[in-house]
Amino acid sequence: MSSFDVARVRADFPILGREINGHPLVYLDSANTSQKPVQVLDVMRAHAEQHNANVSRSVHTLGTESTAAYEDARAKVATFIGAASPDEVVFTKNSTEALNLVAHSAGEMLGVGPGDEIVISEMEHHSNIVPWQLLCRRTGATLRWFGVTDDGRLDESTLDELVNERTKIVSLVHMSNILGTINDVSRIVARAHQVGALVLLDCSQSVPHLPLSVSALGADFIAFTGHKMVGPTGIGVLWGRGAVLADLPPFLGGGSMIETVTLEHTTFAAPPARFEAGTPPITEAIGLGAAVDYLSAIGMDEIHRHEQEITGYALKTLADLPGVRVFGLGTPEGRGGTVSFDVDGIHPHDVGQILDDLGVQVRVGHHCARPVCARFGVAAMTRASFYLYTTTDEIDALARGIEQVRRVFG
Amino acid sequence: MMDQLYQEIILDHYKHPHGRGLRSPFGGEAHHVNPTCGDEITIRVTTDLSDISYDGMGCSISQASASVLHDQLTGLDPAAAFRVHEAFVELMQGRGQVEPDEDVLGDAVAFAGVARYPARVKCALLPWMAFKDAAVRAGVGVSPEVTA
Repeated sequence: MSSFDVARVRADFPILGREINGHPLVYLDSANTSQKPVQVLDVMRAHAEQHNANVSRSVHTLGTESTAAYEDARAKVATFIGAASPDEVVFTKNSTEALNLVAHSAGEMLGVGPGDEIVISEMEHHSNIVPWQLLCRRTGATLRWFGVTDDGRLDESTLDELVNERTKIVSLVHMSNILGTINDVSRIVARAHQVGALVLLDCSQSVPHLPLSVSALGADFIAFTGHKMVGPTGIGVLWGRGAVLADLPPFLGGGSMIETVTLEHTTFAAPPARFEAGTPPITEAIGLGAAVDYLSAIGMDEIHRHEQEITGYALKTLADLPGVRVFGLGTPEGRGGTVSFDVDGIHPHDVGQILDDLGVQVRVGHHCARPVCARFGVAAMTRASFYLYTTTDEIDALARGIEQVRRVFG
Repeated sequence: MMDQLYQEIILDHYKHPHGRGLRSPFGGEAHHVNPTCGDEITIRVTTDLSDISYDGMGCSISQASASVLHDQLTGLDPAAAFRVHEAFVELMQGRGQVEPDEDVLGDAVAFAGVARYPARVKCALLPWMAFKDAAVRAGVGVSPEVTA
């Protein structure tokens, strides 16, 4: 018997009581950024009001309290993703910084150069494309990618040729931010490791929504971000397998990441400090710890089950609307609560504008995943994305909005 | 509220665009993209502005704006065209505070409501900015500030 109560969850999110253009807010843009519960906001405010000081460099009481809270947040995140140790959790600014960190530092560690190959996919967010293009430009390596099938999955038909002895790094999205597809990466991870390549997974869309364990995934790195998982902006995470992080050279240089510095030479701190140069986003990291507490108290299994129900309801509702075409998988199996669609060829900006007038907040455009739009032959898509606070009433409001769009532009 | 943004005149231009399609000969061409949404427009102008042709893909606002631009600027002498251009840019950047002059702008006054939607101002301006580049490349006149 499920104990999940969406009304009780919603009561934790003050913003959900807002009105937009005279209508109750219907927030369907959580894949972009999620809303924050009072439990997270309160922890951040309390830290700023009572414990604020810099971390890792003060002997005074406030500095000690702040350091303890910051490291406590790291330990919470480690437990949340099933990491072997908090030392495997590197705080970054966001997923993008985490991905760039690996592209730089793993590229250097592996001595990536001409003749080497990096493998990504056609399903990636720009943040998992551009850093690899830059790496290839710096080193002369070649960028290759998995295609996407018509139904919105990774095309693994050429796996053994694509991932080969020249492959140094495979970097893939775990759950697509535009199609919602959850990639079963087990075969690709196995093949990559067979040829000696490292595997990075962009888990920005999966960690917030699924129970996830880094040991089960089998990758060498994962990246995700706080603001998509009821936490604040400005804080992201790179998880790296301990043995890999130990050999990884630094990315940014500065304070806190060193062991000793002379003017001639510097030796570096052990991970995770080696990758956290400068004053980190302290309050934000602590807020992420509070977000992890919040999600864990409800239970990731419960959250995932709720989102599967909402996604099934949304897919069915959209399928019943004339003129609506959903991109990607048409049933909840193998996908998460991010649904992109087309309405009668009407431009997504116009769709989004009419929906906004009715209080419905969706994302429109290429979703920083232009190759996916190109794959499906459109310049842009309209995307509705769900979370633990999404209700079937909100899906109904979306459907009414889409009918209004067709009336205006029909 | 939506009626102010999506005026009938805008929807008409969107559904039945005027002068669409790239034509030759032309004196200058410009291709502009809105990187946040991927909307695109290509505009060609003849040096005497006797023809302004365009093609593109995008939302109703950007595509209707191109159609209105074609109607309002084709055949004007360069100084007059730049005056309309300047008035349109001022209207779009006026956050809804600028009173449009229908004598100068014609159908383009229908876009007054767009100025209240900062996210959409770029859509309306896309063809006008492309026009300006195309006109410069074609060597059309000089801007009114310089002639004044």
